[in-house]
Amino acid sequence: MEAPVLEKLTETQQNQRMVEYEVARIYDFFLRAPRSAQEFMLELQRENHIEYLTNGLNHLGPSFRVLDANRPWICYWILHSIALLGDSVDAELEARAIDFLNRCQDSSGGYGGGPGQLPHLATTYAAVNSLVTLGSHEALSSINRHKLYTFLLQMKHPSGGFRMHDQGEIDVRACYTAISVASILNILDDELVQNVGNYIQSCQTFEGGIAGEPGSEAHGGYTFCGLATLILINEVHRLDLRSLLDWVVFRQAGLECGFQGRTNKLVDGCYSFWQGGVCSLLKRLSLDIDEQSVQPDAREGSSFDNLSTGADTSRKVNYNDVGYEFIEKHPSSQPLFNSLALQQYILLCAQVPEGGLRDKPGKPKDYYHTCYCLSGLSLCQYSSSNEDSPPLPQAVAGPYSNLLEPVHPLYNVVFERAIEALDFFRGK
Amino acid sequence: MVPIRLWRLPKQDFSELMGYFRAVYRADERSPRSLHLTAEAIAMNPGNYTVWHFRRLILEALNVDLHDELNFLDNIAESNTKNYQIWHHRRWVAQKLGTDAANKELEFTRKIISLDSKNYHAWSHRQWVLQALGGWEDELDYCHELLKEDVFNNSAWNQRYFVITRSPLLGGLKSMRESEVNYTVEAILAHPENESSWRYLRGLYAGDTQSWIIAPQVSSVCLKVLGSRINFVFALSTLLDLLSHGFPSTQAFRDAVDALRVPDDNQTDSNLAKTACLILERVDPIRVNYWLWQKSKLPQ
Repeated sequence: MEAPVLEKLTETQQNQRMVEYEVARIYDFFLRAPRSAQEFMLELQRENHIEYLTNGLNHLGPSFRVLDANRPWICYWILHSIALLGDSVDAELEARAIDFLNRCQDSSGGYGGGPGQLPHLATTYAAVNSLVTLGSHEALSSINRHKLYTFLLQMKHPSGGFRMHDQGEIDVRACYTAISVASILNILDDELVQNVGNYIQSCQTFEGGIAGEPGSEAHGGYTFCGLATLILINEVHRLDLRSLLDWVVFRQAGLECGFQGRTNKLVDGCYSFWQGGVCSLLKRLSLDIDEQSVQPDAREGSSFDNLSTGADTSRKVNYNDVGYEFIEKHPSSQPLFNSLALQQYILLCAQVPEGGLRDKPGKPKDYYHTCYCLSGLSLCQYSSSNEDSPPLPQAVAGPYSNLLEPVHPLYNVVFERAIEALDFFRGK
Repeated sequence: MVPIRLWRLPKQDFSELMGYFRAVYRADERSPRSLHLTAEAIAMNPGNYTVWHFRRLILEALNVDLHDELNFLDNIAESNTKNYQIWHHRRWVAQKLGTDAANKELEFTRKIISLDSKNYHAWSHRQWVLQALGGWEDELDYCHELLKEDVFNNSAWNQRYFVITRSPLLGGLKSMRESEVNYTVEAILAHPENESSWRYLRGLYAGDTQSWIIAPQVSSVCLKVLGSRINFVFALSTLLDLLSHGFPSTQAFRDAVDALRVPDDNQTDSNLAKTACLILERVDPIRVNYWLWQKSKLPQ
């Protein structure tokens, strides 16, 4: 295969061609390899990934300085990845993690990026998801839910959005992290939900995806956050689901097979979860999409406002049931994206066989990409079945031993742990 | 006062510095030396939002000239263009400076965008500046300049949409529609494989499906691209969208779509939308499930 000719192409085209060239080389090598080599290449290197992850927990060394305000995130990325791989940390490490996260918990509620730092919604989400992933009584009961609720209320902005921290930025991530923790901890109520739907709705763009704030560009990470938030508050009808679906399926790249975050951008393994997650959430909403299709103009102009308020008042929602009920909506048989193609990208292009996963070939592995590539891989594997039953072998690319634990698609923690946490906090 | 000597910091390691920071932060000491310390801590780790937060409290307490603060930010921003905290801080400073800061902020984001044309934070900041401080006059020209350079730059298309729908100097989407449609059709014909321009075209009719299905420029650009028989996926999916909203199919469209079939597409169907789905399943296999789903939703 010849190197691509780069003259006369725009910057976007040049970057795209270079990635296509690199990925095509890998797929070409794979297709020409003998069968035994192919089988090896498609194998998820479980042991190596676990070793890479466990090392990360043990040595949070000096190179992590830039993430010093992000330590609960590192805990979550690593602990969740280990849980997806069907493993768990030993008792001592678990105790250390609980103790560390507890020291990040602010005396007036919420978790900061490290001990003594201001509480922040994103690190609160990471800390809560870490503790839910650990799952023990000690882990779950270390969360001060009442103070956390107060912190969430303090972060609420009249626009309906949330601030990330005291006087911090307002965006769709903040909405998701706030609503997600409130939902799983059973502290979500009307006051927290007030106007959140308006804010997210105002962030859906003409392309169909959702932006970080009104006017910005549709983006995979924010689209997942916005859609999951609206499902958790039972207001998903506020979105134009049809255009959202059309936008997200076009984010899967035809040659590379992975997802890109935005139109005409490069593929990146982490969007396996963000965009793949949007696809799996939408699949469970296919009935809602049909309803919108019957009346395609229902959202236009004032008729939509009537529609949304009508739907909101017609029945009282128990927000804390959504985490249970949503997953009972059994998806129709086929995923809306190309699951096997995406698994191929994750295993052959994003996986570093020596351990860890990455954005794309040529990029270094890191815990963030390991977490979201594995989360996306799990979504793919279960995309034709339900979380509570094992998928058919043909749904799993590579050997069946590649099978990961299923995730709860609204919170992105391992399914069983999410249900246990919902049960634990339901009685509170 | 916290009893530590910080006036001239020796080269020290990160944990020592953060130890000093925590001391003045806990004591809520809003002093010049604390301000200096926050600058050191930020240089070590610009992602520490607690340091930034404390810095804002100090800046307010000391009544510091915020133009200096913008210069401080300029120096660290270029190597940290994807950091939420720096951009948030910049917004806070610019807000305090008011309309005076508009030009500098537009220049600054222009510079970042020239280095990284799809920088999400830079674009968000620029949109905030336009809305809060003004400076809309040249924005449409700026979008054009960027699109001329790289018509696949979706961030520039998004900005263009932002301008035509929100600029107080223009008359809004409806009054801009005709000229924008012409601009977009030209971009599509030059690169029919460019998804950005197709999505922009659809966006020009947001909330107005009636105009979308009767617009002659829309059906004609679809027909032209279908007729060329290459790079027609977006034209065909646009046709599908038009049909689902009640666009009456014509013989010209039926002929154009028929010409895209290959002998393998032996299922003859009089339904144009269904034929379009069948062709898309073949030419766009990554989305085969989506096209099957679309087909299953067609009225029988």
